[in-house]
Amino acid sequence: MAFKRQIDRLPIVPAGAKKQTVTCHYCIVGCGYHAYSWPVNKQGGTASRQNAFGVDLSQQQDAETEAWYAPSMYNIVKQGGRDVHIVIKPDNACVVNAGLGSIRGARMAENSFSVAHQTQQQRLTDPLVWRQGMKTPTSWEDALDLVARVTTKVIEEQGEDGLFVSAFDHGGAGGGYENTWGTGKLYFGAMKIKNIRIHNRPAYNSEVHATRDMGVGELNNAYEDAELADTIVAIGTNPLETQTNYFLNHWVPNLRGTSIEKKKALLPGEPHAAGRIVIIDPRRTVTVNACEMEAGKENVLHLALNSGTDLALFNALFTYIADKGWVDNDFISKSTVGAPVPRPALYPARGAGPGKPGHLTNFAAAVEANRTSIEDAAKITGLKPADIVKAAEWIAMPKEGGKRRRAMFGYEKGIIWGNDNYRTNGALVNIALATGNVGRLGGGVVRLGGHQEGYVRPSDAHVGRPAAYVDQLLISGKGGVHHIWACDHYKTTLNASEFKRIYNRRTQMVREAIDSVPAGDRKAQVEAIMAAIRQGGLFAVDVDIVPTKIGEACHVILPAATSGEMNLTSMNGERRMRITERYMDPPGEAMPDCLIAARIANHMERVFRELGKGKNADQFKGFDWKTEEDAFMDGYHKHASGGQHVTYERLGAMGTNGFQEPAQGVKDGKIVGTERLYTDGTFSTEDGKARFMDAPWRGLEAPGKEEQKAKHKFLINNGRANQVWQSAYLDVDNDLVMDRWPYPFIEMNPKDMANLGLKEGDLVEVYNDVGSTQAMAYPTPTAKEGETFMLFAYPTGVQGNVVNAGTNELILPNYKQTWGNIRKLADAPKGVAHVTFKSKEYRA
Amino acid sequence: MKRCSGLVDVGRRQFLGGGTAAIAGAAAVATVPRQAKAAPVKARVEYPSSRLANVKDLKTNEPLEVSYPDTDAPGVLLKLGKRVEGGVGSDGDIVGFTTVCPHKGFPMAYATADRTFNCPGHYSRFDAEKGGQQIWGQASQNLPQYTLRVDRKGDIYAEGIDELLYGRLSNVL
Repeated sequence: MAFKRQIDRLPIVPAGAKKQTVTCHYCIVGCGYHAYSWPVNKQGGTASRQNAFGVDLSQQQDAETEAWYAPSMYNIVKQGGRDVHIVIKPDNACVVNAGLGSIRGARMAENSFSVAHQTQQQRLTDPLVWRQGMKTPTSWEDALDLVARVTTKVIEEQGEDGLFVSAFDHGGAGGGYENTWGTGKLYFGAMKIKNIRIHNRPAYNSEVHATRDMGVGELNNAYEDAELADTIVAIGTNPLETQTNYFLNHWVPNLRGTSIEKKKALLPGEPHAAGRIVIIDPRRTVTVNACEMEAGKENVLHLALNSGTDLALFNALFTYIADKGWVDNDFISKSTVGAPVPRPALYPARGAGPGKPGHLTNFAAAVEANRTSIEDAAKITGLKPADIVKAAEWIAMPKEGGKRRRAMFGYEKGIIWGNDNYRTNGALVNIALATGNVGRLGGGVVRLGGHQEGYVRPSDAHVGRPAAYVDQLLISGKGGVHHIWACDHYKTTLNASEFKRIYNRRTQMVREAIDSVPAGDRKAQVEAIMAAIRQGGLFAVDVDIVPTKIGEACHVILPAATSGEMNLTSMNGERRMRITERYMDPPGEAMPDCLIAARIANHMERVFRELGKGKNADQFKGFDWKTEEDAFMDGYHKHASGGQHVTYERLGAMGTNGFQEPAQGVKDGKIVGTERLYTDGTFSTEDGKARFMDAPWRGLEAPGKEEQKAKHKFLINNGRANQVWQSAYLDVDNDLVMDRWPYPFIEMNPKDMANLGLKEGDLVEVYNDVGSTQAMAYPTPTAKEGETFMLFAYPTGVQGNVVNAGTNELILPNYKQTWGNIRKLADAPKGVAHVTFKSKEYRA
Repeated sequence: MKRCSGLVDVGRRQFLGGGTAAIAGAAAVATVPRQAKAAPVKARVEYPSSRLANVKDLKTNEPLEVSYPDTDAPGVLLKLGKRVEGGVGSDGDIVGFTTVCPHKGFPMAYATADRTFNCPGHYSRFDAEKGGQQIWGQASQNLPQYTLRVDRKGDIYAEGIDELLYGRLSNVL
């Protein structure tokens, strides 16, 4: 049977309950919520004066009511050491989500640490150190002393390049401005760490170097633009599942035609109709289906191109649009660079240097360099020529009366984790710039995002470009100590099979060394650890909120607090910054990451001073923070653009709507933000002019991809499912999710399944030249034969095991272009007997 | 998202016109005894035992509109023609579910072709053959299902629900 909670009623939020501002800590959309809390021995009543909603709760409430919450939105948590009831429910007045809660965010309360209700009991409560053959709880002082002693010793012997770091760089849970600043100040301020990588890629780099190099910051529009566009172009994204309430609350009204009045009011003097959408994705997603339901099939163009061929498509669209003259000449002449820039000697095979795989130039030169006929593009992409022309018309053919068509371009992992990331990104931005769709209402060329953002750190210039390929360095035996912050590479990296094999071996050498000396003899312990490191061992420190797969290999585990257990600030995909107010205690001894970073710094200062290295010790000054607000004021307030206008108090007053970064000032006590970037036509380059990119097609660019494709039968496309947040780090302990997905699904065409003798729910092994993984077969009639789609980063089957090590020149991984073979492992186990395998597509 | 907000009322009207089964349910609700002021409060809500239909009223894969535990709570009985976990009756194939989506309260339609409930609000889907498991969607619970009992006469009674219904903080108001 499907999972049921057997809950028949919930405590009622009383009038006068504490009400705090919450931004959902999961995806980039950042939906507004409120946390209501009240003493555990009290409850509200059904009479309107007895409850927080002021309505008669003895009556059935209507659809979309504010006066209801699901069991997943309720829990009992600690506040100041005392049990309180808590309800975390979506805010109808938040402009982002208008009261909508996704299947992820609506479980925030249920996915909180509760002793009374035994939820998220997996959470880390105490520092742990490897001792006597297992991880053992200890004090912060003891654990941090060991971390500081080994880390300083490694730096003494190997220099700062011997300290490897894996760290989040985003907002929301496992991030936020406080914590990126805390870790940033430690590794880029007190030290200059070069061998550092981010949670989802093996280097410290941007996922969107190209658009930034062209002068176009990647989050440049407002969510409202999706309501105003004539055409939305969605590339490599499945927003219904991954930016759910942005799609439901801002895209759907346009597709339904219910935003026409807003279009007329904000954009007078031009014709308006319901929005159309072009979706570029090899797979038919639930997003495609929902768009067809809302807009009608005639207004949805799904370009199901061959995997990894987006660049050829973009260049053909750019060529066609330019040849037709459907470009914004005024914008091009005023806001983009005028003169062509000569090509580097070896271009297009190679750019001017290893960190510059593209070539920036003016509009005319880019048009000539990228010239691709519709027919050639059709051959490469597998699309019909007429469909490519139709896409060009929907994007750029002038509207009645010659008015410019407004197109918004939203892209995400399909091209970010796709073939030739840099040039593909650039070729898309070319189209947006040529058609004048940046900085204008109903426009924008934006990444749609994964996590929220929350990045303020000292300069990372010393990391260099291309940045170090950290995974490969670890595999080749480099580094002596590894600090990991809220990352689980065992589930989320590429080439994961080899990574895990080597990492387990190197950390095991240190475990054995620790076990060889008495635990109380710190000096001998550190010496033994260092001896193992000199032999190729690796000492690993893991900071996280939950036990992780990579954490199993680590020697010290430090428990962190998450959003709501600390005040935490972030911004969403339209740069909307909000605070989540601390609404509960962290579990046990857990602390905010920024304070953990500060305490590591304090201990390193102490140890360096003990070693007589006063100069090194002095680098670690300035970490006397007592609270996360101290870190915020030291970081965001002092260093972010417009940060001087932003304080916790002001953010608290701005509630769930916050303001859009950058802050411009304060008026009547409210922070004045910026709705859209580049509205004045000045871009983020030294001369203020945007660049076009000379970016010709060059096939599958990353090493090993063409060979892997030739040798294996199935495309192993991969990505997200709406039920699961990120690597399922909390969902692994959530019955609703694990009941639905006990194993990661792999969507397969029924004919392919029949050929392999597979029934629904059978376990399969996916294998290729670099590794193997497992999944549960999910028959999907809309899947193309030979093309599968597997849930990414799932604990019961890691897709990254079969992704090869090949990256682009800037060390951007290429998860999407993976090929493998499939064989049956086992009949559907009993654990999946209750699981439905029906189509995910809504039917009217 | 406003487009469908009136649908609940439509759903109610359809349901109220749904025939004798519904009236039987309503009558049963009216007989639920109220707790006397001094009596100890029970740990769980007191579900009415409501006769929703007779097995003879059901045709395979044709939803019969009912309501439970009161007239403001529309649902359906289904004879699936295939034994399922949680099914009752001699064939073990009779199930009952609320038809109000547990995400935002929109009334759902039953698709006979694949035996699913589908929500026009935000595209959520639930499998009638798998205990109301959400196939895909935004609800943070699976579809509330009725606990059913069939007596010797073939009368089908609902006597409980396994999840909280949308729009009420107590399944029995």
